[in-house]
Amino acid sequence: MIDLSTRYLGLKLRTPLVVSASPLSHDLDNIRRLEEAGASAVVLYSLFEEQLRQERFELEHHLTAGTDSFAEAASFLPQPSEFHVGPEGYLKLIHQAKKAVSIPIIASLNGTTVGGWTQYAQLIQQAGADALECNIYFLATDPDVESADIERQYLEIVEAVKSVVSIPVAVKVSPFFSNMANMAKRFDDAGADALVLFNRFYQPDINLEELEIEPNVLLSTAHELRLPLTWVGILYGRVRANLAATTGVQGPEDAIKLLMAGADVTMLCSTLLRNGIHHLRHIEKGFVKWMEDHEYESVEQMKGSMSQLRCPNPGAFERAQYMKAVKSVQHVVLSSREAWSVLNRQ
Amino acid sequence: MGSRMNTILQVCFFAISKILPGEEAIEAIRKSIRDTYGRKGEDIVQKNMQAVDETLAHLFEVKVPTELSSTIAMPPPFSLDAPAFERDVLGVMYAGRGDELPVSAFPIDGTFPTGTAKWEKRNLALEIPAWDEKICIQCGKCAMVCPHAVIRMKVYDSKELVGAPATFKSTESRDKEWKGLKYTLQVAPEDCTGCGICVEICPVKNKSEARLKAINMVPQPPLRMPERENWDFFLKLPEHYRRDIKVNTIRQQQIQEPLFEFSGACAGCGETPYLKLMSQLFGDRSVIANATGCSSIYGGNLPTTPWSKNAEGRGPAWSNSLFEDNAEFGLGFRLSIDKQTEFAQELVKRLSAAIGEELATALVTASQKDEAEIYEQRQRVDLLKEKLQGNNSPDARQLLSVADYLVKKSVWIVGGDGWAYDIGYGGLDHVLASGRNVNVLVLDTEVYSNTGGQASKSTPRGAVAKFAAGGKPGCKKDLGLMAMSYGNVYVASVAMGAKDEHTLKAFLEAEAYNGPSLIIAYSHCIAHGINMTTGMSDQKVAVESGQWLLYRYHPERAEQGENPLILDSRTPTRKVKDFMEMETRFKMLTKSSPEHAQQLWREAQQDAESRFRLYEYLAQRKTEKAPV
Repeated sequence: MIDLSTRYLGLKLRTPLVVSASPLSHDLDNIRRLEEAGASAVVLYSLFEEQLRQERFELEHHLTAGTDSFAEAASFLPQPSEFHVGPEGYLKLIHQAKKAVSIPIIASLNGTTVGGWTQYAQLIQQAGADALECNIYFLATDPDVESADIERQYLEIVEAVKSVVSIPVAVKVSPFFSNMANMAKRFDDAGADALVLFNRFYQPDINLEELEIEPNVLLSTAHELRLPLTWVGILYGRVRANLAATTGVQGPEDAIKLLMAGADVTMLCSTLLRNGIHHLRHIEKGFVKWMEDHEYESVEQMKGSMSQLRCPNPGAFERAQYMKAVKSVQHVVLSSREAWSVLNRQ
Repeated sequence: MGSRMNTILQVCFFAISKILPGEEAIEAIRKSIRDTYGRKGEDIVQKNMQAVDETLAHLFEVKVPTELSSTIAMPPPFSLDAPAFERDVLGVMYAGRGDELPVSAFPIDGTFPTGTAKWEKRNLALEIPAWDEKICIQCGKCAMVCPHAVIRMKVYDSKELVGAPATFKSTESRDKEWKGLKYTLQVAPEDCTGCGICVEICPVKNKSEARLKAINMVPQPPLRMPERENWDFFLKLPEHYRRDIKVNTIRQQQIQEPLFEFSGACAGCGETPYLKLMSQLFGDRSVIANATGCSSIYGGNLPTTPWSKNAEGRGPAWSNSLFEDNAEFGLGFRLSIDKQTEFAQELVKRLSAAIGEELATALVTASQKDEAEIYEQRQRVDLLKEKLQGNNSPDARQLLSVADYLVKKSVWIVGGDGWAYDIGYGGLDHVLASGRNVNVLVLDTEVYSNTGGQASKSTPRGAVAKFAAGGKPGCKKDLGLMAMSYGNVYVASVAMGAKDEHTLKAFLEAEAYNGPSLIIAYSHCIAHGINMTTGMSDQKVAVESGQWLLYRYHPERAEQGENPLILDSRTPTRKVKDFMEMETRFKMLTKSSPEHAQQLWREAQQDAESRFRLYEYLAQRKTEKAPV
């Protein structure tokens, strides 16, 4: 009997296949279906502090716009006695999800102010979440802000949140740091219980017909696996925090690669949005079959076996592999050029 | 705080008047802020608290000097160029000094001259549109959607440019039929309200700087004087011959002079563009019965009215009776006009020897179905009046008094949904059943806008309104479907922001149809809790989601054996949720009763789907030609 279990954020999970923050978890029924399909834990969609704030101001603006300008219409909309303009909906979902399924529910928070981070983190803990994932999505574009200041901000957030909650805290970040390994160590020191690698920054697209800049959420593709794969491989054994690998997991072999690199869990989203929630069962089945075919006994056995610390060619994780990779591409280019000149001579 | 001043002024009042001891008053204000805004979020409370503190910190006394030293002269409330009555009676009322007027100054019969709103020159807008004539494609959309008729277009001969002010803009007309003529798009800088809908609707983007269009909002103050001159010059340019304008295409039709301008409607109002369109198409021969509501207030908010007249002195005659009686009121116009026309025709026949057989026959049989034919009939009536001069017979004198009724009149019965769906529905039904030739225009804001947003039977399911604070539980009444059931009523459902050419077509068909016509016109409104600048373009989403249908029911098609109903909307490509999320009247329910909102939104989607299926079925049915 193959043992798929793994430990993540102090939680014992049946498998390393976790569903990452996505629109799938907006619906309680979907969360139930994810559990039925085999998800070992679910990370809920992110609660956005700035969205709540924006909605509050927008509501206030539209309730009062144009009023007090005409005697017969002192207002245009009735004022309800109650407004749910805070995170109540999200907290209720946590509460309901905990009642509906037995797998761990990890809340995800995307704050903007330190006050927002800590206040919502506490509320999330009170609502019963098993853990909290801090989705620190910060696109630095101000030319006058230096990287050291940005790095400090990230750490302040982690320290602040850790100081107000007792549930485990995972930190989801992007790879765009000068030294990811240094940041990982500092997150570790700040008390992060897990690092979720990596957040994807969405870049907008240009609509040529309308001449508009449009938000363009592209689902991840297979080659995006390489980045978390590389860094999980490098960081395994060098940080205390758990490692969660996310982005680019399309099928069972992707998950296996990430675990071998050193991940404690792999997180899936795009592949389920593309193929349906049931696809998770297919991935788990494939995962088990691969382990059977290759005679592995447990996830713990394979975990980190191909990390930089333990793999046969550790230099491959760093610059040495770059030269080899470039040489192999040149070979491809030359051989096709040769093929062309052969063809043209004929 | 935006343009909200109440918190600030309240602090000023208590700080200055000292009705209560200073600190006590401010504490009471702080407590009331917490009570009022507490449930809306701590950041909103803080914003208001900050306003209190900043007000106290910046309050200072302005010492009023004993002598004036300012060189800025206050302009008179009404321009000194206004005619005497406008300047000396209406202008005085407008300045708030109406009590100084003697009763004898007022019209003895309660009628007031039209074309008076143009004297107000309110200078409301911080920003007004500026035209980039180099990239403008002259489509006319900006002129069509402007709620206040402050953007207009003209084509004219280049010789008219002699004496034009230095900054007056003009370019070559891009229309094939107007090749060689000049084209100008002009803005009235002192009448614009700065709503920005013109910019929003403009389809052209600047190829070097995509944030710029063929029309862009720019600060008003530096443009006020030069554009005032340009506007005055523009008004003096001759109007293009109405007979030479293709009225069924917006790019030409929009050069017709609007006879509805500068109303007191909200900046960005959704109703007024429809009225302006009607005034352009038929204003010089229309009589309007207006129900009480926004349209009666902005339509006749004494001392001025936005309804105006052209250079020949022709323009709409307009009246507001009550709320519930508007349809019957308008029907009365039609009955009276028809009777007078009948009488005039009778007299023409009796006097045919005196005026000439040919003229008499032409007068009585004229078809008057388009601008050219109406123009010819007017010529004939002028000739008739000439011929009657010096003829002192009783018939001739009678005929002189009713000769103008020989020219076709367009009767419009106008009002909002509060009138048409609710209190005036009985009367409307009676008028539609009468079979008489009237045009009913329902400016459908789906709520009682004028009185602060009470729910009407037109309010869609799930919308929040007064008396429906928990979201309207029932679906929207389908007024159009009920009217269609008569079989001889022309019915059209339009939305200018979604399909402007379709709206124009419906207005033309309604007027041409010799029977009752009903146009239900989707009007975005401030009571929807929306950004008014995008109100017009957001109508596209209403139609794409099936929340609002576009259709025309034309009884004459049935006579040809064709299905009278044409569904002009395509199959919905989005969910109504997409539209509802854009408007506070729907969205706020998700903040006050989230579960109830979910239920109602589900039902609203079902409403849209089943309604579309029904109309699709009705429009696709095979019908037979009525037996001869």
